[in-house]
Amino acid sequence: MFNDLFSQETLAEAWKIISSEMLFALWETLYITVLATLFSIIIGLPIGVILATGDKDGVLPLPKPLMVVINFIVNILRSVPFLILMIMVFPLTRLIVGTTVGTTASIVPLVIAAFPFVARLVEGSLREINPNIIEAAQSMGASPFQVIVKVMIPESVPSLISNFTIAITTILSYTAMSGIIGGGGLGKIAINYGYYRYKYLVMFAAVVLLIVLVQVFQSVGTHLAIKTDKRLKR
Amino acid sequence: MIEIKNVSKTFKVDGKDFEALKNVSLKINDGDIYGIIGMSGAGKSTLVRCINMLESPTSGDIVIDGKSMTALSPSELRKERSKIAMIFQSFNLLMQKNVLKNISFPLELAGVKRADARKKALELLELVGLPDKANAYPAQLSGGQQQRVAIARALATDPKILLCDEATSALDPKTTKSILNLIKEINQKYNITVVIITHAMSVVEEVCNKVAIISDGVVAEEGEVVQVFAHPQSEVAKHLVNPDYEENQVNLSAYKKVIRIVLNGANIVGMPLISKLSLDLNILVNLVSVSTKELNGVLYGNITIGVDSDETLLKIRKYLAEFDGIEVEEVR
Repeated sequence: MFNDLFSQETLAEAWKIISSEMLFALWETLYITVLATLFSIIIGLPIGVILATGDKDGVLPLPKPLMVVINFIVNILRSVPFLILMIMVFPLTRLIVGTTVGTTASIVPLVIAAFPFVARLVEGSLREINPNIIEAAQSMGASPFQVIVKVMIPESVPSLISNFTIAITTILSYTAMSGIIGGGGLGKIAINYGYYRYKYLVMFAAVVLLIVLVQVFQSVGTHLAIKTDKRLKR
Repeated sequence: MIEIKNVSKTFKVDGKDFEALKNVSLKINDGDIYGIIGMSGAGKSTLVRCINMLESPTSGDIVIDGKSMTALSPSELRKERSKIAMIFQSFNLLMQKNVLKNISFPLELAGVKRADARKKALELLELVGLPDKANAYPAQLSGGQQQRVAIARALATDPKILLCDEATSALDPKTTKSILNLIKEINQKYNITVVIITHAMSVVEEVCNKVAIISDGVVAEEGEVVQVFAHPQSEVAKHLVNPDYEENQVNLSAYKKVIRIVLNGANIVGMPLISKLSLDLNILVNLVSVSTKELNGVLYGNITIGVDSDETLLKIRKYLAEFDGIEVEEVR
């Protein structure tokens, strides 16, 4: 296969595909990744807050059975492999989007797979907060809701940004997988051309773009996390 | 007035009951600077947390100005807490907010308008001596400065009580002194009742008018600082007042009589007291330990000496009775 990998025709053909399809695939990937991350945060953040504060001696103690159920659901969703989860949530996807194939449809399984992950990340961020600071807020008469909204979340912003960066890069790699069952984006290009049609150059180009995206997300995320952290001010 | 009535607190530690407080009763009057002193693990931090119900007592009651704290609903308690400010050993400022936002934070919690809160915060910043630090972040401040910000924050809601939980324990002696002076100033200026938790007798001497000594969850001794300092009754009080009391017990047997000369604002700065005493009375004195310090032109501290007979002791008592602010205590 390597003999004709860089032959004149292969190069020309690959370039034709890349120039005509890659940009749109990149847009699709960004669209799926950003929306899926956004929805995962919208659902995962409150659940993460509950996980971090709902213990018996937490800021907002909740009934134990409720905590057990939430923990159980989060763990279950996190243990199902994404490829299988995607197929399992077909009925839900059809209910929400109307179809199970296509770019928008792939957002549903991504959110289902990623929000429990985000919830655990948020839980981790909030548990890092110095309990003395929470105690100080309570001593000033802060309600549990005020402690969460005005102390815990603002104090953990840098850590949350770091963790959301981890989430977006993970979701980006999941979008590549969703290409297998009809999702759009760079993953679809890589699989369709690289795996089914042996056009490896196209696959490489898609992979390179994915790598660049991860690099960009990670650098922006790290930069923001450092910039927002007032503990690092000198 | 803060009345601590028969308060007990039991924690479960590894399935076993641990009694942090055993039937503690204290009365703290308005305007007092009340020191609660004890060794680590004596239960003093638990006691102060019972005052604002960060810990709820297992039994007993806390009554503040006639209002029982244990009977309050959660929302009533939160309202009451805004009148009981607290500062901490580790300052506990919000690290992601600047100084101004930290100070106005309790006002924000109480729903005060942003502009009013800002104005109040700036005034308080002036009061604690950091007018140029409004936009700094806690990480950019020294420990002493952070504690000043914490004090400003504590005063934002015009509290009637200020609880200090080892507030100076993380600071160097000089900073400790300046923070204690600030607390004293606040106490006088606003007539705020101050409760100081500490393990250092020097802190109590410096600012408190009353003191309670806590040991193993019980009040070992309480009263006016001057009294407790001059005539400690309990073992633990003797330890705290005279830190080398224990070591002394070993070699005290070398002397017939051991006495402690307590300097409580004695106007003898620069006077060679012991030499003078020795020459004037024509007696010999063994120095056991000396620990004194000057404060506002008078001396505070202890001089422990050993002498040979009851007769000499009597002479010394008579001689020192002439001085103001000096008392003699028989150790052995």
